[in-house]
Amino acid sequence: MITCPECEGRVAAPEEPRVHEIVECAECRSELEVVGLDPLLVALAPEVEEDWGE
Amino acid sequence: MTTACVAGGAGYIGGELIRLLLGHPRVEFAGASSATLAGRRIDGAHPNLRGLTDASFTEPGRLPRCDVLFTAAPHTRAMAAVREHLDTGAVVIDLSGDFRLRDPGEYERYYGVPHTEPELLDGFVSGLPELHRAEIATADRISVPGCMATAAILALHPLVRSGLAVGEPRVDARTGSSGSGASAAHNTHAERSGALRVYAPLGHRHEAEIRQALGRPVRMTVTGIGAVRGVQVLCWTRLAPGAGPREVRAAYRTRYAAEPFVRVVAARRGPHRLPDPKILAGANFCDVGFAADEAGGEVLAVAALDNLVKGGAGNAVQCMNLRLGLPERSGLEFSGLHPV
Ligand SMILES: NC(=O)c1ccc[n+]([C@@H]2O[C@H](COP(=O)([O-])OP(=O)(O)OC[C@H]3O[C@@H](n4cnc5c(N)ncnc54)[C@H](OP(=O)(O)O)[C@@H]3O)[C@@H](O)[C@H]2O)c1
Ligand SMILES: [Zn+2]
Repeated sequence: MITCPECEGRVAAPEEPRVHEIVECAECRSELEVVGLDPLLVALAPEVEEDWGE
Repeated sequence: MTTACVAGGAGYIGGELIRLLLGHPRVEFAGASSATLAGRRIDGAHPNLRGLTDASFTEPGRLPRCDVLFTAAPHTRAMAAVREHLDTGAVVIDLSGDFRLRDPGEYERYYGVPHTEPELLDGFVSGLPELHRAEIATADRISVPGCMATAAILALHPLVRSGLAVGEPRVDARTGSSGSGASAAHNTHAERSGALRVYAPLGHRHEAEIRQALGRPVRMTVTGIGAVRGVQVLCWTRLAPGAGPREVRAAYRTRYAAEPFVRVVAARRGPHRLPDPKILAGANFCDVGFAADEAGGEVLAVAALDNLVKGGAGNAVQCMNLRLGLPERSGLEFSGLHPV
């Protein structure tokens, strides 16, 4: 298990993690990018914002 | 098998109650009354029920004896309708506003007429399982809260209970046209389609219910929108000093972890970030979510539901399940539709 850096929800770690792999937090739906393997580290992946204008 | 009837079965809430009872695995639908449609087929008023029942409406007062009686009459008229059914021995679950407020003075202020059965008020338990589950399980008289009140109470309760919210919350509610009932005036397609009608800028009746449930004053505005089903509330309140997004999320997570019909929806990504009633039509869920400033700011609590289901008939069936000791989800498993 890893902890989501955005919401502190519990996220299942990938079985064979690879750097740049994306995992999704079930609670806040953040995309987490694997940035380190030993120990396993994730960071928020960049995202495209929605904009419905005026 | 346990039997249930609906008094006031020709309206929108009545139709939804009959639909849910006909699909219930453990309770038998035993009849519905209507003064204007007595003798006419139920599926004439509720065409979605074609093929599911051949029954006709009975006259009020001619319903068969049953174990559970739902009353779905308009407010101010439900008082007398409920009184008539009290000596039948049935568990009474009232959907109107008439038995929701504890204080008859408050009732008169918000409903504009004196309460004619004030001595009955104390006997009713509030039919909101998320706040009153244990009392509902043994209650013989249950009063189901209003649709927008249910949404606002479920949105704000985690914040108020945990001391994270301070001050007077502001509730901006939006509601579809079925919230006004089948015979409401000025509710035609020509008037409602595309409208954003601020019909209760101040002092809506549900304000009193929310205040009673949360134990603090609130202000409420209601806007009628073009949708047929659905309620969404946006509730603004100040955060307690030091509280921020982390504490707010923890409060919602703990509060609703074990609730079968409340889902916390506060996503950071994707098109479905906060509760939207569109995907809840026909389902008994109330989705709640939030967006919070950093420490010391404000929090926006959002909730959405189908006014006829978790905002009315579905919540009433959930109360019945609790009262009968049945699994709480019985007859309420529908997930909603997407796309819709
Ligand atoms: N619509 C919602 O979203 C919603 C949500 C939660 C709660 N509620 C509450 O549920 C109740 C019913 O709402 P609704 O939307 O279904 O209204 P509705 O569509 O206008 O239906 C009300 C029904 O009550 C019956 N009725 C009228 N006078 C009666 C009386 N004295 N005794 C028994 N029945 C009587 C009417 O049929 P007959 O005249 O033919 O008998 C009518 O079919 C209201 O109190 C409402 O506030 C509504
Ligand atoms: Zn998360």
